[in-house]
Amino acid sequence: MNRKNRLLILVAAVLVLGGVAIAATLHAAGRAAEKDRARPGDPRVGRGEVVLDAPGRSVFRNMAWGPHRDEIASVPAAAPAGPRTSSGVRCLRFHAAGGTGICLQAVHGKLRDGYRAVVLDARMRELRRYDLAGVPTRARVSPSGRSVAWTVFVSGDSYAGTDFSTRTSVLGLDGWTLDRNLEDYRFFLDGRLHKAADVNVWGVTFADDRHFYATVATGGRTYLVRGDRTDRTLRSLHTNVECPSLSPDGTRIAYKKRVEGVPDDAPWRLYVLDLRTLRETATAERRNIDDQAVWRDGHTLVYALPGDYGSDLWTVPADGSGSPRVTMPAALAPAFTG
Amino acid sequence: MYLADSRTAPGVPDTAGRAPSPGRRAAVPATVLTLGTVSLVTDISSEMVSAVLPLYLVAELGLSPLGFGLLDGIHNGVSALVRLLGGRFADRGPGGHKAVAAAGYGLSALCKPLLLVVHSVPLIGAVLAADRTGKGLRTAPRDAMISLACEPAGRGRAFGVHRAMDTAGALLGPLLAFLILRAAAGGYDAVFTVSGCVAVLGVLVLLLFVPGRAASRGHLAPAGKAPLRAVSRRPEVRRLTVCAVLLGLTTVSDSFLYLTLQRRLDLSEAWFPLLPLGTATAFLLLAVPLGAVADRFGRRRLFLCGHLALLGAYGMLVAPLGDSPALLCLALALHGGFYAATDGVLAAATADAVPESVRGSGLAVVQTGQAAARFACSIAFGAAWAAWGDRTALEAAAASLAVSAAVSALLLRPAKSPSASPVGIPARGRPSGAGPLNNHVNRVTHKDPP
Repeated sequence: MNRKNRLLILVAAVLVLGGVAIAATLHAAGRAAEKDRARPGDPRVGRGEVVLDAPGRSVFRNMAWGPHRDEIASVPAAAPAGPRTSSGVRCLRFHAAGGTGICLQAVHGKLRDGYRAVVLDARMRELRRYDLAGVPTRARVSPSGRSVAWTVFVSGDSYAGTDFSTRTSVLGLDGWTLDRNLEDYRFFLDGRLHKAADVNVWGVTFADDRHFYATVATGGRTYLVRGDRTDRTLRSLHTNVECPSLSPDGTRIAYKKRVEGVPDDAPWRLYVLDLRTLRETATAERRNIDDQAVWRDGHTLVYALPGDYGSDLWTVPADGSGSPRVTMPAALAPAFTG
Repeated sequence: MYLADSRTAPGVPDTAGRAPSPGRRAAVPATVLTLGTVSLVTDISSEMVSAVLPLYLVAELGLSPLGFGLLDGIHNGVSALVRLLGGRFADRGPGGHKAVAAAGYGLSALCKPLLLVVHSVPLIGAVLAADRTGKGLRTAPRDAMISLACEPAGRGRAFGVHRAMDTAGALLGPLLAFLILRAAAGGYDAVFTVSGCVAVLGVLVLLLFVPGRAASRGHLAPAGKAPLRAVSRRPEVRRLTVCAVLLGLTTVSDSFLYLTLQRRLDLSEAWFPLLPLGTATAFLLLAVPLGAVADRFGRRRLFLCGHLALLGAYGMLVAPLGDSPALLCLALALHGGFYAATDGVLAAATADAVPESVRGSGLAVVQTGQAAARFACSIAFGAAWAAWGDRTALEAAAASLAVSAAVSALLLRPAKSPSASPVGIPARGRPSGAGPLNNHVNRVTHKDPP
């Protein structure tokens, strides 16, 4: 083949491939634009004031299509299907308690996107912000509202790299003391100090402003740990527990359990662990759950499952009875005030 | 070395037959520029995907990416084996290098559209592994083609040009992905589609414009029965491999280095994802000049000096020098300089020591040795970090690196025989043929050190 023919082939290929690339981008852009328009039948969302210390509200990330998609919105907890009030604050992950909110959001830069954690007061005003090293995944506020925690995924930006790790930080609002990486705490596995390079920590849930629970992974296993901010320690309590969520009375942990005999890509079921007896109870939710559940009250769990809008919120009794039900379509990352 | 090789493999001139013209710089051969273009285009394609992958997994698919790290050990083992086989098969006959490289690039290109249809951690992991296999397959034959396409006297610079183009692609890829996601929020499918188109373009450029027999000015004697064994018996190759392994065993993975930097200098978390860009930029800027320096100063010598730059970076992190931003720039410049002085330079030095007929096998042996050593180092360093803390672990790494460098300096002394290369002392560089942005082996760390 002579040079001219080769060049012709190249030019033709550039045109075809360029056409495919542009078509794919335009198609995706059109789809994205569509999500900015509300559709008939979607939950109604209007701009308004969202407060984090009014009793009986449920606050969450609104996933319904339209101009308020991805904003933190609220509805009365008793009427979850009612019209939504949206705050204008966009977050990927969110949680609130004790009149404090934590919002993990994307920052759109000129050449790349970054992420940050924003601590919000009860009127959703920014108190302080912290840069994040990776993609946000979990966020929690302590019952008093004086401590917050978050987890991000950090990757090495490497070629086809698979070296993902988690980084979990805990922040005290009194004095703004930040423990950037819980892996710096001493980790006691079955009472013995455990040092390993492969330790990962994620999914903090607070008991109070000093004590919390979280997941530690090392050596291919996961552990429920009890953390102490003052002693800077993590102590294992139980195995095979991910994304723990402490009940309001502090006696039970709802969590993701990796179960046997299910497909590799859908390994988790929603369980509840009694902290006194270490007895595990399977909930009536039989599908794969990949979320840090939230206790709506002492008896009911709320968690996200993929849905038409990206994510819907479901609910199931914590004692293993009943059956799962949709509580709110097009929503993610709920918190229940007062 | 070169003259000796010519003697042992008669009729295999190492160059196009033109006499090296001292004092005047020859142009970089077209084949090298074409291979550089292929790498640039392919790296744009790969880095587009790796830049959006974490966000895609977490935000779009709602998957937990932690499951991936567990498979890394297996993937690295397979990748090393494939790399050796790639080098070996490439030496089989005329056009073998191009055919194996095309298979490698093609396999990676096929993986991009597959990402559109797989949505679970095990399957995505399998696609990424296949992509990585393609990379392992093509590296040695590609470097062999570069070495065969240029004059021995200009090899260092030719590899420098190739590595600079490669790194430029790695820097451009994330930018392109970002622009697509800016135009189409959540358009990960568009990113994968565009990445696939770009990858196909890279394969096409290779197929259309890289000569089938880069060394066609001589008939390339086909490799013997067991080229890998034959090539490993050569004392020069042995010495290079031993040094590459020794130094690789003391080369701390990028991830650990960045973590230490962040802690030492108390950097904001937002800086963390930017650190690899600093290394890549320094690598990009220094690859060509240092490649040219290698040609004059001696490749092996520069290869060793490159490790001294790495030692300097370790030293800065261990010494109590405060936390000024200038330190950060200097550390990243040293780190990028380390890659620029070692990566393409090792390939050039290996080419000096291996006859043409087994060039691919020779490159594969040295590169695989180094990659395996670095993988072992990342595991050992992780354990040291956990047991002793970051400072002590790094001090230990620095001390070991100094010892390795001293031993290597002895091993790599200019050959006593008169067969010394006409172009000075060969050097060596990182085998994977990749910029700091895309050498997964060197950054393999399954997680944050605690």
